[in-house]
Amino acid sequence: MIISTLLHDIVAAGFLTNPAVRTAIVVGALSATVSSVVGLFTVVRGQSFAGHALSDIGAAGGSGAALANISPLLGFVAMNLIGALTLEAFQPKRVRGRDLVTGVVLGAILGIAALLLYLDTTLTTSTGTTVSVLFGSLFTLPSNSLPLAIGIGSVSIFTIAWIYRPLLLSSVSPELAQVQGVRVRWISLVFLLALAAAVSLSALLTGAILSTALLIGPPTIATRRTHSIRSALVLSIAIGIGVTLAGILLSYDSVAWTSQGVGWPVSFCIVALLTLVFFLVPRRTHTVGEHLTKDEPRSAPTPPSSSALVSK
Amino acid sequence: MNQGRSSNSSNPALEVVDLNIVVGGRRILTDASFTLNHTTLTGLIGANGAGKTTLLKTILGLIPHESGTIRSQNFGEHGRPSIGYVPQKINLDPDVPIRTFDLVELGINGRGLRRSITKKERFKRVEEALQSVGMSHLADRRVGLLSGGEQQRAMIAHALVGRPDLLLLDEPLANLDVRAENEVVQLLTSLKATTGLAILLSAHDLNPILEVVDQVIYLAESKLASGPTEEVVTTSSLSALYGHHVEVIRVNGRVVVVPGRDSSSHHDYDQQHPNRNLTRSQP
Repeated sequence: MIISTLLHDIVAAGFLTNPAVRTAIVVGALSATVSSVVGLFTVVRGQSFAGHALSDIGAAGGSGAALANISPLLGFVAMNLIGALTLEAFQPKRVRGRDLVTGVVLGAILGIAALLLYLDTTLTTSTGTTVSVLFGSLFTLPSNSLPLAIGIGSVSIFTIAWIYRPLLLSSVSPELAQVQGVRVRWISLVFLLALAAAVSLSALLTGAILSTALLIGPPTIATRRTHSIRSALVLSIAIGIGVTLAGILLSYDSVAWTSQGVGWPVSFCIVALLTLVFFLVPRRTHTVGEHLTKDEPRSAPTPPSSSALVSK
Repeated sequence: MNQGRSSNSSNPALEVVDLNIVVGGRRILTDASFTLNHTTLTGLIGANGAGKTTLLKTILGLIPHESGTIRSQNFGEHGRPSIGYVPQKINLDPDVPIRTFDLVELGINGRGLRRSITKKERFKRVEEALQSVGMSHLADRRVGLLSGGEQQRAMIAHALVGRPDLLLLDEPLANLDVRAENEVVQLLTSLKATTGLAILLSAHDLNPILEVVDQVIYLAESKLASGPTEEVVTTSSLSALYGHHVEVIRVNGRVVVVPGRDSSSHHDYDQQHPNRNLTRSQP
C-alpha cells in the first residue's frame, strides 16, 4: 500500500502506458548497457579521448541524416564507423601521437558537422534539428528505430564478448598480448568499431555531445569501487541503466512541475544524475603498497614448492 | 610443470646460430650464436641501447631477423614456442580493476576466443603459478597497487602459468630497490632449480646477478660474447668485443667495466671475433 502510494507520487500518470516513453525505456536501457560495457574497456585502455571524439564525430552523421531525412541512428552509425576507421588507419604507435591524430580528425569532422547543421537550419523546415542531434530527443524517437537499435546493440555486445580475453590482455599490455599471438592492431580496430556503435546508440539518448557522459561515467564510478573487471562490468551496467531509467522518469515527471508544461530534457536529467552519483559514491582509498606494514618485514618470496610445479 | 620440458630436457631450450638483426637500417647484432640449456640462468648484459630488448623480441618472433637460425625444441599449446616473457614494466593505473589473479590467468591462452581448458584446471594452474612466486596472498590485490617487486613477481607468474620451457625477462631489476632486487633474484634462482627452466634475463648491470648466473651473454657494438662469467667478463674478451681497450676491475666481489687508456692494441682486439673466441669455453 505504502509502496503503491509512493510510486503514485513519484511516477507521473501515464508513464508506462505512453508509447514514446516505452520506446525511450527500451532504447535507453539498451544504450546504457552497451555504453557501460564498451565504456569499461575504453576506460581501462585509456581511450576516453577517442570515445569523446567519436561521440562528437557522430554529430556530422546525425545532422547529415536529418538533411537526407533518414533515421538519425543510421547517420550516427555511418559517421562514427568512418571516424573509427580513420582513427585506426592513421594511428601511430606513440600514445601522444594518437591523441594528436584524434584531435585532427575530430576537428575536421566537426567542421563538416557545422556545415551540415547550418544547411539543416537554413534549407529545411524541420525545427530543433540542431538541439536534437547535439543533445538528444529520446521521447521523439520513432518506434521503427527500435529493431535497428537492438541489432546494433546486440552486435556490439557480442563482439566484446567474442574478443573479451585478447581485448583485456591487450588493454593490460599490448606487449604481453603480442607474445601470446594476439593481433593487437586487429583487436584495436574491432574495439573501435564497437565503440563507434556504442556512442551512436547513446547519441540517441543524450545527443552526440553528451554521449561521452554515459560512455565514461558509469565505468569510471564502477572502477573506483570494485576490485575485479567482472564486478566492475556488473556495477557499470547497473549504474548506466539506473541513471538512464531514473533520468527518463525525471524528465517525464518534470513536465508537470511548470505551468507551461515544459519538461527538462532527458539528456540533462541523465547527465545530472550521473554527476550526482559520481560525487556521492566515494572512491575506495588505495595507495600503492598499502598492504605493506612498517612493523612487519615484507614477506620474501616463498620458494616454489616442487609439488606445485612438477609436470602434470 | 611442463610436459615438453620434462620429456626433452636433454635438448637445449633454445639454440641461436649466426643470428643477424637489422632494425630500421641499424645493425643490432652480427653473426650471434649461443645456446640456452635447461636449469640454467643466463644474464643478457649490455648498456642501454645495446640491443638487449631487440634480441629478446627477436627470440619471441616479434621482430624479424635478417638471417640466422633460432631453434626451439619444445612447443607449447597452440603450436607456439614454449616461451614465457616478462616485460620491463606494465603501466596499470591503480584505478584499473585488474587483480593479480586476473593478470596471471590471462597467461593461459590470452589470445583465445575459446578457452582450451576447464575452469577448474585453469584456477588450479593460476594458484600453482601464484604459489611458485610467493604471491598467493596477493591474488585479489589490484596489480596497479602492488609494489614494483610484487608486480615483477606477478608478471613472472603470468609467464609461468603457460608452462613455458624458456623464460625471458626484460630488465626485471630495473627500478627496484635493493631488497626487491634481491627477492626477484632469489626467486629466479629457486625457479631454475625446482622447475628446470632455462632463464634469460637482461640487465644493464651485471653485479646484482653476478653470484647467481650460470653464464652471461654480453652485448656491445652489435656483437655478442657468451660463456661462463669468469671467461666473458675479462679485460681481454670485453676489449675484443668493444673493439677498443676496456678495463674489467673486480672490487669486493663486484665487477666494474671502465674504458681503458691503452689504445695501442685496438687493431689486435678488432681481429679477434668474440663469438669465435668464447664459444669454445661454453659448458
